[in-house]
This record gives sequence, structure tokens and C-alpha cells, in this order.
Amino acid sequence: MKIDHQKCVACGNCVAVCPMGAIYIDRSLNRATVNTDECVECYTCFRGMSMEHLNPTAVRAVRRLLHVFRLRFDPEPDVCPTSAIVPDELSWPRVIRRAFSDVTATHESTGVHGRGTEEVKTNDVTNRLGVGRIGLTVELGRPGIGVWFRDVQHVTRSLAAAGVTFEEKNPVTSLMADRERGDLNPEILNEKVMSVIIEFNTAVDDIGEILRLLRKVANEIPTIMALGISVRCDETGHSDLEDILTENDFEFLRAKTNIGIGRAELAATPSV
Amino acid sequence: MTHTLHRFGRRQDLTQDFIVTAMPARGFNDQNCVPKQKEFLRTALEYGPVNIGNAIKGAEHRATKDLRPTVHWHRDDAPDPEAVIEEVDRPTTVSAVFDDYEPMQAFVAKLVEMDLGLSVNISSVPDQAMKCCEECGVVRHSIEYSVGFRGATEKLPDDTTMELMTMCGHGMVSAAFARKMTDWVRSGRRTPEDATRYMARFCVCGSFNPARAEKILARAAEGK
Repeated sequence: MKIDHQKCVACGNCVAVCPMGAIYIDRSLNRATVNTDECVECYTCFRGMSMEHLNPTAVRAVRRLLHVFRLRFDPEPDVCPTSAIVPDELSWPRVIRRAFSDVTATHESTGVHGRGTEEVKTNDVTNRLGVGRIGLTVELGRPGIGVWFRDVQHVTRSLAAAGVTFEEKNPVTSLMADRERGDLNPEILNEKVMSVIIEFNTAVDDIGEILRLLRKVANEIPTIMALGISVRCDETGHSDLEDILTENDFEFLRAKTNIGIGRAELAATPSV
Repeated sequence: MTHTLHRFGRRQDLTQDFIVTAMPARGFNDQNCVPKQKEFLRTALEYGPVNIGNAIKGAEHRATKDLRPTVHWHRDDAPDPEAVIEEVDRPTTVSAVFDDYEPMQAFVAKLVEMDLGLSVNISSVPDQAMKCCEECGVVRHSIEYSVGFRGATEKLPDDTTMELMTMCGHGMVSAAFARKMTDWVRSGRRTPEDATRYMARFCVCGSFNPARAEKILARAAEGK
């Protein structure tokens, strides 16, 4: 993303809007400027801000006039008055930033928009996570913090060394050069995104060891790790996962519950 | 941010925050799913959701790309649920947000009766979703728990900001903007309702809960 300096009037509205804090007012230019190292191409500024298309010269003149008379204008905080925010033409590997950070971008590898995957949200149709298995979504990065792929690789390598098999239909898995070792494509290691989700499943008996490993690895990377842990319920809707989480000192306040009313419509449905 | 899973807040607040989503599975039931997704959204409107959304096109509250200068004194910012429904043109995730259990449960009961064939998920406090399933006569199939944040948690913002920004499951409401809106409400520059609408426009998928945001901002303004 870039700011058109011919149009920008340095109102500063876009500065607060950026989830990564990547936009700042360059005092030497008196224009908003994008820190391209920190920008993750989430398009929030371009898509989320309303636009006025005002003449930049006229806006600057009015602002100067108000300043002279020490008058303060209280503008709408989500508006770019001169439509100065312009998307860049993205090429590889920078384009990977948008793929993982812009919610409206659809991953070619999964067909799912944003950085997410279907997880257990469609498990009633796909049976992606079977009985006796526990699914894990390890999300790395948060708004304002983000994550570099070199740090993602640190986690994927640790998990691979512990013998996990990464979920096939997941954007991070699709970027692995060596899934056995957890190596990512080296071309993307110096790219930063808002967050990624590493996904795999494990046997119930192994979950304690995996959780201990994740606790350790979380402290070795300079970002946030948010864990989602999923399970397929039994025929009565019960799961033992809550007990397992409690035993491992994991608190949970919120969950996504698949209520089981989806069905496949193609003839070739997967085996249960 | 795995969409709605990692919403931050106190239990008493999270029990007034429900997102019901419908999603097709790629390669299984995503053909001809558009009319079903529209039907999901249209039906949701009968139960008074506080927001509805289409993850790839937008929600009820959205940016306007051709504002007039008078917007700074008078802004037409009425939510536009019909636009959300009309824009569904390919497989996506559609959602309806509720701030109360009863209408959410009634909507889910209606979905069970409609039998659209799409996967339906309730993002909420887990025991409330369990109760809803029992009352609707369905058995929950799978469940994914959020077990919170680990690692460099010292980099996370304050609790009020976290509550506001995690209501956009994809992180499109920035911490700085949430703080700015909180400050503006505290200083009386904007009402909680106005500040909420500004933030909601950045949440594309429509999982932002404006009713809860207004309560959070009002509470923050009172210094609680």
C-alpha cells in the first residue's frame, strides 16, 4: 500500500486505522507515509476508510486558514478526504503478505478467504477430524504485532521434529518446501504478515506432550500464539477435551460449535 | 484471527455475544450454495441480529467511497442488510451476530427446520451452544475451544482495547483506532453509538458486535 503524496493532506486519519501501525506522518514531508517493512498489505486503510475525493489544494488551504485562526475542525475519523490511499502492484514474494493479511483475499491452496481454513467448521460434511483425534490451530501473530515467516518456520520445525503431520488443506502447509522438516519456502522467510494458522491433528494420547511443546515454543518467538483446540464429539454430543484442557492448565472461555446439520451433496462423499 | 474464536472479554460479556455462521465445504457442497446462503441471511433478519455479514464482500456497516463534505455534519450511516444479502454471489461464510441468547436460539431452531445442508457453527461460550443444541434437538458434531494467548503477551494492548479489537475476528479494527474511539467517547467528542459505527465499518466479515461495543465504550467512559 502507498500514500499518494500529491493528494495527502496529512490529516492523520489513516495513521490510527492501520492495524499494524505502519502508517506515520513524515514530518519532513508533512505527508502520511507507509513503512513498507511493517505494512502487511491487509488493505484495511484502502478498503475500510470512506473517501471524499476533495481537491487536495483546497483542503490544505482550508486547514491552513483554520490553523491561522486557531480553529479546530472535528472531522470524521474514518475518512480519507482526498482518496490518497493507493494499492501497490504486488509481486512475489511480497504478495504473500496480502494473501495472509487481507480478509477478502482467497487462498488458492484452500479456496478459503483470509488466512483461515475450514478447520472443524465443516467437519460435519468433510470428516476432516475423525473420532479419537484432536485438531490444533496454532495462530501466530496479532494485529499490531504480526509475524515474520522466519518465526513461523521456527514453530513448524519444532512441530515437525515432534512428528506431527501438517493439515494438507492449509495455507501454511502449502508453503512448506519440506513437510517432514517443517521447512518453509526460503523466499518468504523475510516477509511479514498479520497472522498465520498452522494446523495439524494428533492422537488424544499425545496431546499433553504437544501442549507442553507449544508452551515452550511460544516463549521462543517474538509474537503472540493463540491456540485453538478441536475435537469431534461422540454420538451424544459429549467430548472429553474439556477435561484434558483442564488437566493441562488451559482455560477456555469461548468455542466454536459445529451443530452438525451440514451434509455433502456430491455423490462421492468421504468415508466416515 | 481464526475469525470469531479468540474474542477477548469477561464471561458475563461473552455470554451476550453469539455469532452464527453458515459455510459450505469446498468440493462437498459448495455448488449451488449461493441461494442457501442468501436464505440464511434473510432468515436471520427475522430474529433481530445486531449485525450480518459476508466474509468476502462486507457487512451491514461499511465504508462509503463517494462521501460529500457535508458528511462531517450529517452522515447517512444506516446499516444496509439488503446489500449484504444481494452481494452474496459465490461460496463464502455468512454470519449473523446476536447479543441475546433467546433470538439466537430461535434462529438456530429455524435453521435446523430449514435444513439448508450447510455447516452451521455457533461461536459463543461453549455451554450456551451446548444448551442451544439440546433445545433445538441436534447433537453437536465438533467443537473448537480457544485457550487464549501465549508468547509475547506483553505486546498486547489493554483489556478494553482487546475487547473491542478482537470483535473483528480478522483484526481489521486496529488497537490505535479502538483506543482513539475510547478516548473520544471518554472526552465526549462522540457517543458510544457513533464510535461503534466507525469501528464496525472496518470489520468486513460482520462478526463485530455493535451492541457489545457500545456497552464496552460506555463502561470505559464511566471509568469502569
